[in-house]
Amino acid sequence: MELELKGITRRFGPLVANDRIDLSVAPGQVHALLGENGAGKTTLMNVLYGLLQPDEGEILLDGKSVRFHSPRDAIAGGIGMVHQHFMLVPVFTVAENVTLGIEKTRRSGLLDRRKTRQDVRELSRRYGLEVDPDALVENLPVGIQQRVEIIKALVRDATVLILDEPTAVLTPAETQDLFRIIRQLKEGGRSIVFISHKLKEVQAIADTITVLRRGAVVGQRPPDTTEDELASLMVGRDVQLRVSKEAAKPGAVVLDVADLTVTDETGRVWVNGVSFQVRAGEILGMAGVQGNGQTELCEALMGLRPTASGQLTLNGHDLTQATPRQRLHAGVAYVPEDRQEDGLVGDFSVADNMVLDTYDRPPYASGIRLNLDAIASNAAERVKEFDVRTTSADAPVGTLSGGNQQKVILARELGREHKVLVASQPTRGLDVGSIEFVHRRIVEQRDKGVAVLIVSAELDEIYALADRIAVIYEGKITGFRPPTVPAEELGLLMAGATESESAPAAPAATPEAEQ
Amino acid sequence: MSDQVGPVDPAAAGPATVAKKETEQEPPVSFSQSLRDSILEGHTATVIILALLTAFVVGGLLNAFTNTMVLHAWGDFFSDPGHALAAAWDTAVGAYVEMFEGSIFNPHTVAALFQQASFGTAVHDGYLSAVFNPLSETCVQATPLILAGLAVAVPYQAGLFNIGAQGQLIGGMIVATYLGYGVSLPYGVHVVVCVLGGFAGGAVIGWIVGELKARTGAHEVIVTIMLNYVMVYLLAYLLSFGYLIQAPHTTDEITAPIAGNAHLPLLFGSHLRINAGFLVALACAAGVWWLMSRTTTGFEFRSLGKNPSAARVAGMNVERNWVLVMLIAGGLAGLSGATVIQGTDFTLNFQSYGTYGIDAITVALLGLGRPLGVVLAGLLFGALHAGAPLMQVATGTPVDMVQVLQGTTVLFVAAPLLIRSMFRLRAARAGGVGGVMSKGWNA
Repeated sequence: MELELKGITRRFGPLVANDRIDLSVAPGQVHALLGENGAGKTTLMNVLYGLLQPDEGEILLDGKSVRFHSPRDAIAGGIGMVHQHFMLVPVFTVAENVTLGIEKTRRSGLLDRRKTRQDVRELSRRYGLEVDPDALVENLPVGIQQRVEIIKALVRDATVLILDEPTAVLTPAETQDLFRIIRQLKEGGRSIVFISHKLKEVQAIADTITVLRRGAVVGQRPPDTTEDELASLMVGRDVQLRVSKEAAKPGAVVLDVADLTVTDETGRVWVNGVSFQVRAGEILGMAGVQGNGQTELCEALMGLRPTASGQLTLNGHDLTQATPRQRLHAGVAYVPEDRQEDGLVGDFSVADNMVLDTYDRPPYASGIRLNLDAIASNAAERVKEFDVRTTSADAPVGTLSGGNQQKVILARELGREHKVLVASQPTRGLDVGSIEFVHRRIVEQRDKGVAVLIVSAELDEIYALADRIAVIYEGKITGFRPPTVPAEELGLLMAGATESESAPAAPAATPEAEQ
Repeated sequence: MSDQVGPVDPAAAGPATVAKKETEQEPPVSFSQSLRDSILEGHTATVIILALLTAFVVGGLLNAFTNTMVLHAWGDFFSDPGHALAAAWDTAVGAYVEMFEGSIFNPHTVAALFQQASFGTAVHDGYLSAVFNPLSETCVQATPLILAGLAVAVPYQAGLFNIGAQGQLIGGMIVATYLGYGVSLPYGVHVVVCVLGGFAGGAVIGWIVGELKARTGAHEVIVTIMLNYVMVYLLAYLLSFGYLIQAPHTTDEITAPIAGNAHLPLLFGSHLRINAGFLVALACAAGVWWLMSRTTTGFEFRSLGKNPSAARVAGMNVERNWVLVMLIAGGLAGLSGATVIQGTDFTLNFQSYGTYGIDAITVALLGLGRPLGVVLAGLLFGALHAGAPLMQVATGTPVDMVQVLQGTTVLFVAAPLLIRSMFRLRAARAGGVGGVMSKGWNA
């Protein structure tokens, strides 16, 4: 089936989210929609999926004009969507989730479970999805849950499959699996619309790349276009993908973590005897696949989680038993992994968020009285300094884009006196322009003599920033490497290979690591 | 999702747009324009007013169609339809008119005032007071509602749902009453001691809730509901044994009256019941506003209410704040109890707590958890309570009508979507009022 969008325009009040967009997806093609956050990708797909009605323009299926008034119409027209946030019932099995809404019944009126299970198995086999129809969704890893969503669309006979930022939640390995599945679907004659802002992925999987900027199509390119060209199309100006930085000039040890162990209430060990040091003026990059104890390590560093044993010192002062506030006061700047959950109060204004951890100190407070003028002038200053794009400093921070929210956090954390910067996944979910900004600020901190610890699951980011790389696997540091280390070697360390095995390109991970 | 937010957010639109934003002032919006926008967009305040309106309409219909006279008139609908409609209208509106006369202003009292021989005698005989009596009664009824409403509103802002205003209020009543009759102090000092005692009595009960939540994670909704029962039966127990707080030489479940020195001073002479308790309530509302919006403590409370995990990461002590906020809330509810005892009742019996603690939830909900809103909502419900007796006497409408109005109002306030669809409002931008009800369980 050939899908064509002609002159689609969609406005939200005075804002034109989609401006006369033309797009055609041929059968058996992967068509990537590339654009920054806010470029109008999701709006366009919601129009296509019947969630929004276009103000102008039409949708053509095999040359025939159609109107989708609801997702039901779109599904009937052969369009399937896998949302960024999955729409699954966690306590149902895979088969139950797949059949939800189109339940097949036997003549007696009872659910035909066997038929559904067969369908799932059949699709799973044909496209190499490897999903057990009887597994409970809540027990499945994110990557498999995504496949359940794909099966859901396939069962409903989707010939055009829309994947909205499908890799945002996946580990590198899961992403590779997804790409394999996409290729198989393509061979099966289905078309895929792949929405992303990640250049490398788009290059790897797409047959055609359409770049959106501010609601309009700014270009269509083949997948062999250079990364720089795609990035500048996307952002509208030349972008430096790799922050230029000089060699580090490490000073004295600032942050010293010795034999740190963190367990949770159930006794599970998340961080297991981790030791590392960060010196003034260097960036230590902590690489590792998500879920290997990085989150817990950061929380323990900030005092948000009790440490079972070990020691943490800052410039020789023992902070092991300090409260979060004492650590902040001691000079730790912290950029949490989940900015909306841990970094910001979404309903508070930008100005209030700028003082979220300094509101109780002069000049923002005298006694228990808040000094609103000082808070406002601080906000005005920081908004300018960090180029935060907001209508006003009084706007709720939740209305800002991800990149600007991250700028607010950076402005706050770097605005107070600090000796250490701990940043966890500092650019997760950000667009190219914002990543560049954040990376530049982090390198700037290093050059000012701050000891920087970056925790990231993105190898690109680790390579771009780190002066030294530590790899964490199942709560243990499997090795320290210089930034010149080949990616394969890092990959082995991230999969749990120990020092001796990874040094001479070892064949595979140890049996212990496979558990 | 992010793409949807994006276009609405000019921040993401790139440098050109932003530069324009900075240099160019927004064109001034006319008042009528903004009024129309606010109605169409369904701001929470609009929804509240429409919810009230709907509740009054529903209440009126209910009143009209449960009245036997009206029902008889409807029986003859086909022979005399005009009469049926008129009867229904008269009944519904008549009740509201009497309620208004009982709570705000009664023209008959003015007529009586002018029939007096001279202004001097009119004042002396209380005819002038009679004019202001409805308003005075409204304020008297509103006083405990405002204070107890604040006791629900403050924790709500901090993300806690305090169902326990009733229990805390009883705590305040017990202490205030005991200090009122049990000790002897000079005028002035005695009042203050009793009021502070009331605050302390409520604060202790609130503190227990906060402490339990902070130490064990016990959910405040469960704890406060259970403490309500504990306090109700504790009161009954205390009142049933002569050697505790029961008045001597009686078998009634009542305490001795408090000393005259412990009475809250009347504001406008002996004919009007309005007393200093009303000023205490207003002062507390102002104090809460200051605390929540102008102090570091309030900043912590609000952070906690909006995003507890971010508050924790920012170095705030979440547990300590839980204790503090429940202590303050309990104290406010205790004050509410003290004003009832010291302002109007002067003794404590096993029913003195009335429904203030439960009405308080309604008041806080209707007031959107904000101090000014609580004052307005408290005055509104105070007026309903003040007007109800006259309504019953004059029209035979049962006073329970007030509870129906209160209940339907809350129902509609808690269902903003219903109101929005009834009045075809666009979805509000900020979080709706409906969150209030579910919040306590999710927090």
